[in-house]
Amino acid sequence: MKDTNILIVGVGGQGTLLASRILGRLAMNCGVDVKISEVHGMAQRGGSVVTHVRFGYHVSSPLVERGQADIILAFEKLEAYRWLPYLQENGILVVNDQEIDPMPVIMGISKYPEGLSQKLKFRCGQLAWIPGMKIAEQVGNLKVTNTALLGALARYLEASPETWQKAIEETVPPKTVEANRKAFSMGYAIQEETK
Amino acid sequence: MLGNEGVARGAYEAGVRVAAAYPGTPSTEIAETIAKYDEVYAEWAPNEKVALETAIGASIGGARALVCMKHVGLNVAADPLFTVAYTGVNGGLVVVTADDPGMHSSQNEQDSRYYAKAAHIPMLEPADSQEAKDFTRLAYRISEVYDTPVLIRMTTRVSHSQSIVTLEERQEVGRKAYHKNSSKYVMMPGMARQRHIFVEKREAELSKAAEQLSVNRMESKDPAIGIIASGIAYQYAAEALPDASIFKLGMVHPLPIKRIEEFASRVKKLYVVEELEPILEDEIKSRGISVIGKELFSRQGELSARIIKEKIARTTPRPSCLPEELPERPPALCPGCPHRGAYYVMKRLNLTVVGDIGCYTLGALPPLDSVDTSICMGASIGMALGMEKARGRDFARKLVAVIGDSTFIHSGITGLIDVVYNQGITTVVILDNSTTGMTGHQDHPATGKNIRGNPAPILNLYALVKAVGIPNVRVVDPFDIEQAEKILKEETEREEPSVIFFQRPCVLLSKKSGLPCFINHESCKSCGSCLRLGCPAILKKENRIGINQQLCSGCGLCQNVCRFHAIEGGSKE
Repeated sequence: MKDTNILIVGVGGQGTLLASRILGRLAMNCGVDVKISEVHGMAQRGGSVVTHVRFGYHVSSPLVERGQADIILAFEKLEAYRWLPYLQENGILVVNDQEIDPMPVIMGISKYPEGLSQKLKFRCGQLAWIPGMKIAEQVGNLKVTNTALLGALARYLEASPETWQKAIEETVPPKTVEANRKAFSMGYAIQEETK
Repeated sequence: MLGNEGVARGAYEAGVRVAAAYPGTPSTEIAETIAKYDEVYAEWAPNEKVALETAIGASIGGARALVCMKHVGLNVAADPLFTVAYTGVNGGLVVVTADDPGMHSSQNEQDSRYYAKAAHIPMLEPADSQEAKDFTRLAYRISEVYDTPVLIRMTTRVSHSQSIVTLEERQEVGRKAYHKNSSKYVMMPGMARQRHIFVEKREAELSKAAEQLSVNRMESKDPAIGIIASGIAYQYAAEALPDASIFKLGMVHPLPIKRIEEFASRVKKLYVVEELEPILEDEIKSRGISVIGKELFSRQGELSARIIKEKIARTTPRPSCLPEELPERPPALCPGCPHRGAYYVMKRLNLTVVGDIGCYTLGALPPLDSVDTSICMGASIGMALGMEKARGRDFARKLVAVIGDSTFIHSGITGLIDVVYNQGITTVVILDNSTTGMTGHQDHPATGKNIRGNPAPILNLYALVKAVGIPNVRVVDPFDIEQAEKILKEETEREEPSVIFFQRPCVLLSKKSGLPCFINHESCKSCGSCLRLGCPAILKKENRIGINQQLCSGCGLCQNVCRFHAIEGGSKE
């Protein structure tokens, strides 16, 4: 696989960490160098979280810098917008169609930004809206939203769906393999909205 | 694997037999990983000092030993550290400390490298997971050859970055014989004076060895720019300036000064790139080598390849291109968190809350906005007593110390003894959620399980508090708002010290997911009292209050604060 920088963003507790680990496993199985920088501890408690995934021939820094991400996989709309400066021009944005109000919005101090779909579309090369939660509901396990999103992401990477399924199998808890495989396939099958 | 997993794997391969730790981000996964190897005895100690003492004992007993903590944990363990530097070791002893530049999950960003200099202990700093493993193995060799504990310094981006690691077999090193040796292990003045001479000699030898070590390596490329760096800063520098010559330090104390001099003579302009304090820079400058460092780079926060590029290659910064200010998303107590009930009541009673370290520090953020102070692990109780002594008993009747169960065991018990002994009337609230929450649910002496999840004797906190001499000990469910308020009022007004256990397990530990609550819009007056709980699941849209069905845990706390009985559902026992 060619040198790729991916940013996975979302809200603490949404399962971004597992998604990044599946990606890491995938890269390893494809025989390329890979680094993932994760967030643990306090920020995991409902805060804005970001995981950096970089793979290619040789990776030094584990961090994706501003304007460097080839793809941003966003688990939440506002977070997609917040991290947008990290996307390179004409980068790909895969967004879970979900809004989670942050505390200042809940308290009425600030407003959840309006018209995000238009704003996001305006500022990236390609945009895919993914109903991750709906897929997870159909699978019958809300926790597999992350693999549904990975399915959508997989369309933009070189690895085959079979390689992905293997990486999923090797990473998720054994009991949830089937649900995760199914969510991935459904995410992969989505015909995304492109620009 | 994670850098932390790399350290654990390295220790395993080096034949380590005993490992002890207290959880602390970003170090926690080291102990969690090593506990998975059957050949290693692993434990959660009550605090970092005890963890280090356990490891020292194991080392003197002849086994290779590992101890891990976060940077502020090393402050707690500093007392034994400075003296084990004198005694040296029998079996190899490695102390891992994980710094947190940028304070992702910490109360300060102190630089642990000062400890290596201050205690005269060699320190290695890996830059990725492979090095984390390899350096840990090397650390055991250095420890036994030079009769010294060895520090390994991790930082968040090395601890919590995953990269590829090649595994090797475990090397069984066997236990060394134990011989009583009071001149080496009993540090009374007479013996310690002799050992201090040894410490200086050892450091001189280590300085010589540093010149030979292959982990200190020169990457000679374009001589126009030379960079000295270690750890994650090396990775950023290699990324930012791929053509520059780099001297990568694997050992950050003591430094290979001769080779640094040689490197300096080969390059036109020499920079030191390091996060936090100018420790390498000062040391190198003190040897008369001219370098550029902190005049370009901040002591605060993290570095990045971008910053290095901007400062050294003078590229123009790329502007952030978002046209509007976005609402921030600070961390918050989880939906269903038992601490929320406790803070709600304390706020209603308008109490001064002397806080501590844990998830419950989040009670300081709006709208709960209930915590007045947070300094370090276990500080709340002693500080509350100090405030009482400074401002008098009237003030103390509106004052509580708030501390979690794990933190109380870590270093709150001695504070409580202080309250009793010195006749304070402080009320101490122990937020007992039966786990170490913030670091990801580690067991502790009061949970009934050890690090491997096997049954362990349960420390009875109630009996402990009684035994310390607290006359009034109460237990309440933080979700029973009325009762909690009543008890808090009674105990704070009392002219005696009290302890109140707010008991309810962490919501993330409960196996069954509850049925979510929902608003009955016919009864709801949109008064907003439920919003003051600061629950991420309760929101107000277009003047209507709603409950996010995906986030709600069904804890029912909001039902207890709603005067109009407009919240239904939930799964209250």
